[in-house]
Amino acid sequence: MAAPKILMQRALDRPGESHVLEAYEAGGGYRAIRKALGMSPDALIDELKKSGLRGRGGAGFPTGTKWSFIPRDSEKPRYLLCNSDESEPGTFKDRWLLENDPHAVLEGMMIAAVAIGSHLMFNYFRGEFSYPLERWRAAVEEAYRKGYLGKGIFGSDYDLETVTHYGAGAYIAGEETGMLESLEGKKALPRNKPPFPAVEGLFRSPTVINNTETLATVPWIIEHGADAYVQYGTEKSRGTKLWSCSGPIARPGVYELEMGHDLMEFLEGDLGGLMEGIGLKGVIPGGSSVPVLTLEECRGAKLDYEGLRERGSLVGSGGFMVIGDNVSAVDCLLNLAHFYAHESCGQCTPCREGCGWIEQLLHRILAGNGTQTDVETILRLSDNMVGKTICALADAMAWPAVAFIKKYPQEFAALCPEPVDMQSLAAAIGKADHILPRAS
Amino acid sequence: MTSTFSMSDDAVREIDTVIQRYPDKQAAMLPVLWIVQGEKGWLSPEAMVWVGDRLGCSAAAVQAVVRFYTMFDEAPVGRWKLQVCRTLSCELMGARAVIDRIRDKLGIEPGETTPDGEFTLQEVECLASCGTGPMLQCNLKFYEHLTPDRIDALLDELRGRTPDPHDVRPVIFERPDPGTYLAMFPRSGRVEAESL
Repeated sequence: MAAPKILMQRALDRPGESHVLEAYEAGGGYRAIRKALGMSPDALIDELKKSGLRGRGGAGFPTGTKWSFIPRDSEKPRYLLCNSDESEPGTFKDRWLLENDPHAVLEGMMIAAVAIGSHLMFNYFRGEFSYPLERWRAAVEEAYRKGYLGKGIFGSDYDLETVTHYGAGAYIAGEETGMLESLEGKKALPRNKPPFPAVEGLFRSPTVINNTETLATVPWIIEHGADAYVQYGTEKSRGTKLWSCSGPIARPGVYELEMGHDLMEFLEGDLGGLMEGIGLKGVIPGGSSVPVLTLEECRGAKLDYEGLRERGSLVGSGGFMVIGDNVSAVDCLLNLAHFYAHESCGQCTPCREGCGWIEQLLHRILAGNGTQTDVETILRLSDNMVGKTICALADAMAWPAVAFIKKYPQEFAALCPEPVDMQSLAAAIGKADHILPRAS
Repeated sequence: MTSTFSMSDDAVREIDTVIQRYPDKQAAMLPVLWIVQGEKGWLSPEAMVWVGDRLGCSAAAVQAVVRFYTMFDEAPVGRWKLQVCRTLSCELMGARAVIDRIRDKLGIEPGETTPDGEFTLQEVECLASCGTGPMLQCNLKFYEHLTPDRIDALLDELRGRTPDPHDVRPVIFERPDPGTYLAMFPRSGRVEAESL
């Protein structure tokens, strides 16, 4: 049986008005939270664990397990934080949700708050999201007016307040501990773990941070049950996922797919293939931080956690970026290196220096002044970045760097004025290859 | 040292309300800076001292935050702040051609403001409009599916009106046809595999 559109159906049914409370409730909205208020926190967490839902922000951590880390005996307040700082290049599905279905996000936050015993929740928007913020604020106001937020929500004895927060332009504020610092009014410098946010998060209190899409999925799971959710997707990748699709394709946009969907079928079907006159160079399937796939690697690839890992890439945030054969791989990598060099917070030397050096080396290569040593230095730097820093931003630079060089080595070599020994370059690539994601 | 810096009564009231929402005063830092920048247009050293006093932290702590986040301005900017996305999805769709057209039309480089104070041009990182690129953020409003020709019309239109901070609804033009799109790539020809 084909999977329902768990996240997009309401917007498809009532385009242009699905963001309003009346439309949300007409589509079955706010039933799940009423049900959740009659369930124990343990039962809610168990249901999420059974559903197999994994975080949709990038890391793919099991949501129910994350909730279960919140200590039950803590005297401190507990906080629920929705991560709407969507900044991963190629990703715009949270923006879509906040604009078209803000009440689903809000209801998911409510359920998560009840499950972890939180009475104050936050939604952190990136500073540029003025329009989603407007829609969100209207939704929150509607909910307060109906008694869905505030004292004794839905006639229960559960009090729940929400604060809408917004950033001011910083990719790293989307990293969960960077977000905690940012929300506390500081530079968004990621924190060393442990302590994990579940133990010591916002204002040093137990905190759960979930991505917007993850939370928007929660009401469906609670209303229909985990047993219904696990009918869709694959064993390790349950349910459905949003994919933000961009690049020179016929029909870019946000799509909801059952996990395990065939990549090429999606590209040639829903997305309508590439624009006329352009061939496929590669696809970055999960946002700019994940390794690029060549046309050959795309063939037969499945869009789910294990399927993409098997091809050496990741689901990430689901930012599906299609690269045409009218641009050079070196240009693409330079574009990303500039991004990561700009967004590195600067705390950790391997990341701060590594991202900057990679960008400079690429500038040199593109200017026609590069050498084989320069290309190999990028590989060596990347090898020195992964796993050696507080957060994953360094990995997010190193993966695309090694992947682009590994998959399009001739394009790098062709820009070097002196001949490149492809065999020794291949050996250098082989040395750095171990940093790339692979099937576990 | 006394400062002559002050904010309007409305803004002060709003700031006091915002501070109360958080379990900790300093957490109101970003929203308070937004309110101050909204009223003054930019964040002067005096403004940062004032914010520090309100939040019980040093002006240095405030300045560290202001410098960390790209949307805060430490110097006056133009009436219209054009922030063009330069990251990969937009570049793949012709962001460079869009930036070049703005540069040519206004005679300024990214990071600069026109002498008449009308426009500031900045290149920024991914704004989550990848499926509708190239795009730019003009003050708080997104303009999507841009082409060089649409830039000409947009700049003319902006010159003739006053910014409305409450108007944040995105303007999404019709997607350009493949021909228009391909014409935005004058500098990078097709990369022929056999030539490599």
